[in-house]
Amino acid sequence: MNKQESIIKLDEHLETPTLFGFGRGRLITIVVMVLLLILPIAAWYMGNKFYLDFSARIVCLAIAAVSLNLILGFGGMVSFGHAAFVGIGAYAVGIPSYHGYESAWLHFPLAIGAAAMFALITGAIGLRTKGVYFIMITMAFAQMAYYFFLSLEEYGGDDGMTLWSRSDFGFLNISDGLTFFLLCYALLVLCVYLVFRIVHSRFGMVLRGCNSNEIRMKALGYNTYAYRLTAYVISGAMCGLAGALIANLQDYITADTMTWTRSGELMFMVILGGAGSVFGPVFGAGVFLLLEEILSAYTIYWHLPFGLLLILSVLFIKGGVNGLIRRGWRL
Amino acid sequence: MSDVLLKVAGLKKSFGGVVATDDVALDVRLDEIHAIIGPNGAGKTTLITQLFGEQLPDAGNVYFKGTDITRLPIHKRAGIGLARSFQITSVFMDFSVLDNVALAAQAHHGDSFRFWKPASTEIELRTAAMQALVQVGLDDRAARIASQLSHGERRQLEIAMALATDPVFLLLDEPMAGMGAEESASMVKLLKGLKIGRAILLVEHDMNAVFELADRISVLVYGRVIATGTPDEIRTNAKVREAYLGEV
Repeated sequence: MNKQESIIKLDEHLETPTLFGFGRGRLITIVVMVLLLILPIAAWYMGNKFYLDFSARIVCLAIAAVSLNLILGFGGMVSFGHAAFVGIGAYAVGIPSYHGYESAWLHFPLAIGAAAMFALITGAIGLRTKGVYFIMITMAFAQMAYYFFLSLEEYGGDDGMTLWSRSDFGFLNISDGLTFFLLCYALLVLCVYLVFRIVHSRFGMVLRGCNSNEIRMKALGYNTYAYRLTAYVISGAMCGLAGALIANLQDYITADTMTWTRSGELMFMVILGGAGSVFGPVFGAGVFLLLEEILSAYTIYWHLPFGLLLILSVLFIKGGVNGLIRRGWRL
Repeated sequence: MSDVLLKVAGLKKSFGGVVATDDVALDVRLDEIHAIIGPNGAGKTTLITQLFGEQLPDAGNVYFKGTDITRLPIHKRAGIGLARSFQITSVFMDFSVLDNVALAAQAHHGDSFRFWKPASTEIELRTAAMQALVQVGLDDRAARIASQLSHGERRQLEIAMALATDPVFLLLDEPMAGMGAEESASMVKLLKGLKIGRAILLVEHDMNAVFELADRISVLVYGRVIATGTPDEIRTNAKVREAYLGEV
């Protein structure tokens, strides 16, 4: 084949990525996202407020899981300290509120900014290590943040602090459950779309390349450290946003949000849903919270079957829930 | 000589008591293939890692176009025109063939801190990548996932990725490793066409390929260059015959 023909053939290779993917998985993903929006609203209209709050919790944790997935699933950086960003985001709402500053336009930028800053500092140090050491160092930083906030007596210490009123958006009243849910849902869609754009962009290709073969990336001329750190900061900032939402969801802020078990739960949501897929963490958060809710209704010893189910799913379902859907429900 | 691109002088490296690189000097010129041969354990790999900054020498210098690059960080070497292929196939297995090469091209076509536009829609990158694939004869495999390629095809992909960075100096670390006779022959044909406008350093065990391709050969034994010369000079060099090629 000569050069001319190949260049013409190039058109076939200029593919535009699609948000929902292709085939059977595409339809199911769209249906799940629509149900996640419609069902709680329908339940609310019929007078059942529980499902609205429950869905808001799924959506908020999904945002945190989506942010973790950017570095864990696509970047191969196993962070065991993501709960710290959730906590920082939450306190960025709680502390100003305590002092009488209730504007959401202060809370949310502060949550995102503070989480990004924490990510920049801890990432700059942590990303000099690899593998198990990175897992340990992210966890250590998160525990440091946990004990820091635990020691702030002024802000409740280990009793936590109550948020007397939700962040004030001005034109939006998020004290109303439905409005708050819609805001969370819109932000989740935004975050998913952001991650989708990022992972297919030049930056995303580099990030995935670093995950696949870092030595090769260096030899090609990429300063892999800079790209990884940038991804880490983006992920931390997004998780800070999730934290600000969670504070408003619970109307209550405690340092327990930052313990390492919380980080583990986020990690589990990502892996259960399908690490390295755009919608995987959303499925993961949904299945995780649904299982928790259902099992705990049957027995107070629900942790045991819950843990077993999670272990089995990770062992036998390749690519998590997302992989299951894409393959047409085959294991 | 003005057209010397890469020059190594007085390079030394030892691990404990073992001298892996012993006062090595060599140069690679424009439009030439300079081959390094030597028995296993002669220190070829150690030498390469020092050329590309993966290890620092104990003494001596590496010059590229007259500039000392001995201590330049790895990722900056690609930017000034150095590229390499790896002895153990080192491609992005879960990427398509075209994405592999496009990611290599991307390193040298503008900034990669761009977060919005899909990389797969950038005509400039796709064209550069496709050209590199045409050069190595892998263009009809562009849409395949790299892990589905045959061993020989992956070796070709390695070369395409190195070419996509538009290098002036190319290090090929055993490009024929693990190839059958037929695959080797087509690789020799491919490599012959690459040296114009470039300097190529070839490390290879396949002697037929080396003597067919190389303009000059350096023989490395116990970390020391015992001879440098044209293939004919090396073939008749008594020291080389004794130390390496062996009397038949």
